[in-house]
Amino acid sequence: MYRYDEFDETIVRERVKQFRGQVARRLSGELTEEQFKPLRLMNGLYLQLHAYMLRVAIPYGVLSSRQLRRLAHVARRYDKGYGHFTTRQNIQYNWPALVDVPDILDALADVEMHAIQTSGNCIRNVTSDQYAGAAADEVEDPRPWCEIIRQWSTFHPEFSYLPRKFKIAVTASPHDRAAVKVHDIGLILKKGEGGKTGFEVIVGGGLGRTPYIGHTIRDFLPKEHILSYLEAIMRVYNLNGRRDNLFKSRIKILVNTEGPENFRDQVEAEWEKIRDCDIDIPREEIERIKRYFAPPAFEALPGESASFEAARARDAGFDRWVRVNVVAHKVPGYAIANVSLKEPGRPPGDATAEQMEAVADLGERFSFDEIRVTHEQNLCLPHVRKDDLYAVYQALKEAGLAAANVGLASDIIACPGLDYCDLANARSIPIAQALAERFAASGEEEDLGELKINISGCINACGHHHIGHIGILGVDKKGEEFYQITLGGSGAEDASLGEIAGRGLSSSEVVDAVERLARFYKRERREGERFLDAYRRLGHDAFKGAIYADA
Amino acid sequence: MPTLKLKDGVLTVSADRPETEITLEAWRAGARPEGGRFALVLPNDVDVAEAAEALARVDAVILHFPVFKDGRAYSQARLLRERYGYRGEIRARGEVLRDQVLFMARAGFDAFEAAEKDAPGFAEALSEFSVVYQSAADGALPAWRRRAAARAAAA
Repeated sequence: MYRYDEFDETIVRERVKQFRGQVARRLSGELTEEQFKPLRLMNGLYLQLHAYMLRVAIPYGVLSSRQLRRLAHVARRYDKGYGHFTTRQNIQYNWPALVDVPDILDALADVEMHAIQTSGNCIRNVTSDQYAGAAADEVEDPRPWCEIIRQWSTFHPEFSYLPRKFKIAVTASPHDRAAVKVHDIGLILKKGEGGKTGFEVIVGGGLGRTPYIGHTIRDFLPKEHILSYLEAIMRVYNLNGRRDNLFKSRIKILVNTEGPENFRDQVEAEWEKIRDCDIDIPREEIERIKRYFAPPAFEALPGESASFEAARARDAGFDRWVRVNVVAHKVPGYAIANVSLKEPGRPPGDATAEQMEAVADLGERFSFDEIRVTHEQNLCLPHVRKDDLYAVYQALKEAGLAAANVGLASDIIACPGLDYCDLANARSIPIAQALAERFAASGEEEDLGELKINISGCINACGHHHIGHIGILGVDKKGEEFYQITLGGSGAEDASLGEIAGRGLSSSEVVDAVERLARFYKRERREGERFLDAYRRLGHDAFKGAIYADA
Repeated sequence: MPTLKLKDGVLTVSADRPETEITLEAWRAGARPEGGRFALVLPNDVDVAEAAEALARVDAVILHFPVFKDGRAYSQARLLRERYGYRGEIRARGEVLRDQVLFMARAGFDAFEAAEKDAPGFAEALSEFSVVYQSAADGALPAWRRRAAARAAAA
């Protein structure tokens, strides 16, 4: 993984020093809260319902065990002993004291981490495929490009006061695990003519109150031009994006108002003028960054492991965990092990300091010191020998992290909701907990197969309900919490936006309704058909009917 | 409002007499600077290409930050410097605050309308970062160039 050199280190340290000064000015009263707000927001510090919330970037989801241990330390020393992993490969602490934040940032800087641009109307943390460097289906490792974009976007003087926040995701596999089509910019690394790789550039996707699937404005961009091309997109957006209305200021509105072709023409015209202007980094710098992501020293192993198969035959719980949570690795004898943070009954995406340390230990011992954070709010050990999977499983079980539900109904993505967030209309976590417990207890979860449930506590859609196979949106109806169901969304390569299904339901009704949907699917499905496939075949009305069947 | 001017990395309170300001409309209507110093005032929603012709005739261009969050003038300034080769003064007017002044300088601004008492804070803000990652209009070497130079020196 990437390691800071003196230049990276200096930038992060100088940022901490600057923020320490800003906090001191606030604490002394020199700055009012109103004046301090834009400054703290540039550094991921929000004022929430009960306290400050600090969002820390985990660039493209990659952590070393040392970094994860430091996150655990911060949780224990400065928070209430836990942290919350988000859908954009960040971690949030919900209870830090303002006076401690500069010290937290120093503790993070010690392990090459920061909270730079985790909020504000700037380019946010670049996200990627959690299986990067391990996935059997990837064209090349996307992480060097993520790091290149991270550096370019950090304190970009022209693009730090954009009309609105800006999110970039990068993937390099035909199977999209980074939801690139619902980002402001989505980049897909793919092979072009002559076997060279380049980027498909997708612009204007997004969720929130006006969801859109992004438009491809360039099928193939030679990789070495990525920064100048991004700069052209950003400049067109910075100059032309709306600033008069907060809800119409994302790039998706500009792209769809101007029309994707017209927008593309503007970008291409701008790019022609700047493509040779010293923005793109030279080959040597690309190679320097790539070297940090060289594959670890994989052993030459047989594809099959006798001890692994024996453990599966012996331990049904392990066998199920392998079936559900373990994914094929590109190197024979290795596997990708997902660590679910969706233990039924626990807030989705939360991990205690002890759990973080347990995963850090496993990463160090069994996964070449690497841990990944997924956009589905889970963790992942990307490079585990099949021979070691049973030991990993047993340690995870000990730590309360062996839920075998990745991609299943109880692997729910949920925003913090009304329990923490001052924008929310309704609670998300209790609904997620109730649903997860219901499905886990049913014993039918694995049989139901891939079923993505997403819950947002308000129309800002932080739980990405638009792209859930089943989406749940919290709404406020005369001071009471209600939930609206959307159906048929997807954030993967077959991206689509869910369609609203009828009137809102109370918190007690919504859990039953989702269970009825699952039952209806089970009855109607054909061989090998996922929930989403059955929905697409049978249509919205058929499924909508199931929601209200017994109500 | 006094103007703080940045020259060779040093920020000073300007004692210059203010220029005569002309708007883009006036320029288009045929007004031309004659004698004395002139500043062209550009709102932040105009394409700076429209001002290209006027640049050779004015001593300063004034760009606007109606609120600090409205960052259009950063792009305008870079375009003036990098695309139109404008070497005169580019001055920031409006909500010009300490915490944006480094970004402004990097985008090509070298003058800031602000209170005299802001000068020390602005000067401090301008020196808070010694490394940058990207090239812009201020000529600062991006980290990748400094890395290459360090490699070359070591070789």
